[in-house]
Amino acid sequence: MDMKSKGIKIAILSGKGGTGKTLVSVNLASVADKAVYIDCDVEEPNGHLFFEPEDVEYADVTVKMPEIDYSLCSGCRKCVDFCRFNALAFIGEKPMIFEDVCHPCGGCAFVCSEKAILEADRIIGEIQKGVSDTVTVYTGFLYTGEESGVPIIKKLLESRNDEDLLKIIDCPPGSNCVVMESIKDADYCVLVAEPTVFGVHNLNMVYELVQLFNKPYGVVLNKCLEGENPSEKFCSEHNIPILGRIPFDSELGRLNSNGAIVSRGSQEFKDLFSSLLQKVIEEVQHEPAVNP
Amino acid sequence: MKIAIPVDDKSLESNVCPSFGRAPYFLFYNMITKESYYLDNSAIASQGGAGIKAAQVIADHGVKVLLTPRCGENAEVVLSKSEVLIYKTIPGTVQQNIDALASEELVLLSDFHKGFHGHEK
Repeated sequence: MDMKSKGIKIAILSGKGGTGKTLVSVNLASVADKAVYIDCDVEEPNGHLFFEPEDVEYADVTVKMPEIDYSLCSGCRKCVDFCRFNALAFIGEKPMIFEDVCHPCGGCAFVCSEKAILEADRIIGEIQKGVSDTVTVYTGFLYTGEESGVPIIKKLLESRNDEDLLKIIDCPPGSNCVVMESIKDADYCVLVAEPTVFGVHNLNMVYELVQLFNKPYGVVLNKCLEGENPSEKFCSEHNIPILGRIPFDSELGRLNSNGAIVSRGSQEFKDLFSSLLQKVIEEVQHEPAVNP
Repeated sequence: MKIAIPVDDKSLESNVCPSFGRAPYFLFYNMITKESYYLDNSAIASQGGAGIKAAQVIADHGVKVLLTPRCGENAEVVLSKSEVLIYKTIPGTVQQNIDALASEELVLLSDFHKGFHGHEK
């Protein structure tokens, strides 16, 4: 398994929060011989609460924000007219920047013929790297009030010197920009789904997304009960491979809500997640190369 | 004195538009000559910053007074720095609001909402 899983990037996603992305991600990373866990849910990262990583290193994540040197500004208005985000206004013959609307694209500095717009670093969050047993844990934190976590996710997924390790990418919930950024370079997508009608709706959101991105994918059915499972029905109707089932189990719920990594504490759950990982790796092997 | 009002239709009998930045049209009206013209609001389809862009249009047209039911914080910054006074509209038509301004029945808008920034509800 170790050799075969070399360098594979597996993204774990779901259409809403609370379906079990982090449960699946944390445990898949834990049952591998050696793995990298990357928490891209930068607005509310919680994988680190399970791993409690040690030897933590911190790194700032910055974006380039425009700053106007009014002594150089000729008031030509090119920057204001250029900004498609309407982050600049022209007041009293001079431009003014609205930082909360700015998508730091660098366009205003680019079009300024007087070189009056400088780009200054602004810290929007941080990345923490630590170690938890066999898992290297990367966590992105977007600071409160900041607009977009995309720059943090980009930095989290930058290539590093751990290229040949299995990587588990714990995605943000939903199917928006931050999720797209998180799955962009993934070799395989695991969709976690709940056994409810609402769960089917959320599963469909990420199902459409992974198809759009042309990613191979499969579903993990979480919180499985006796009786009909609407998400399972959805999978069979759409020929979606089911990778595994996690029972709606009070002991699992109790351990997980206490921050325990269930596969580290119980042989039963270790087996469950080991066979899930094995299944995912087999699925990846069967897929032709997807990243051009 | 030139004033501006966000409107739902190009008519003085139209209702005032409940949104400033996302109004379909702006009415520009001269209180002395009673001349008027309408402008399509180019900010209506903006991803974000619609209020800033709309306020910019108002300021660029030399408007001294804006009548609107509500206005965001960023638009307020642009308008106040451009010395545009903002009065709160009353229920009724555009014409009724112009008359109310003339007879000094309108009050200055005092509460400005936060931007929606792509989370518009």
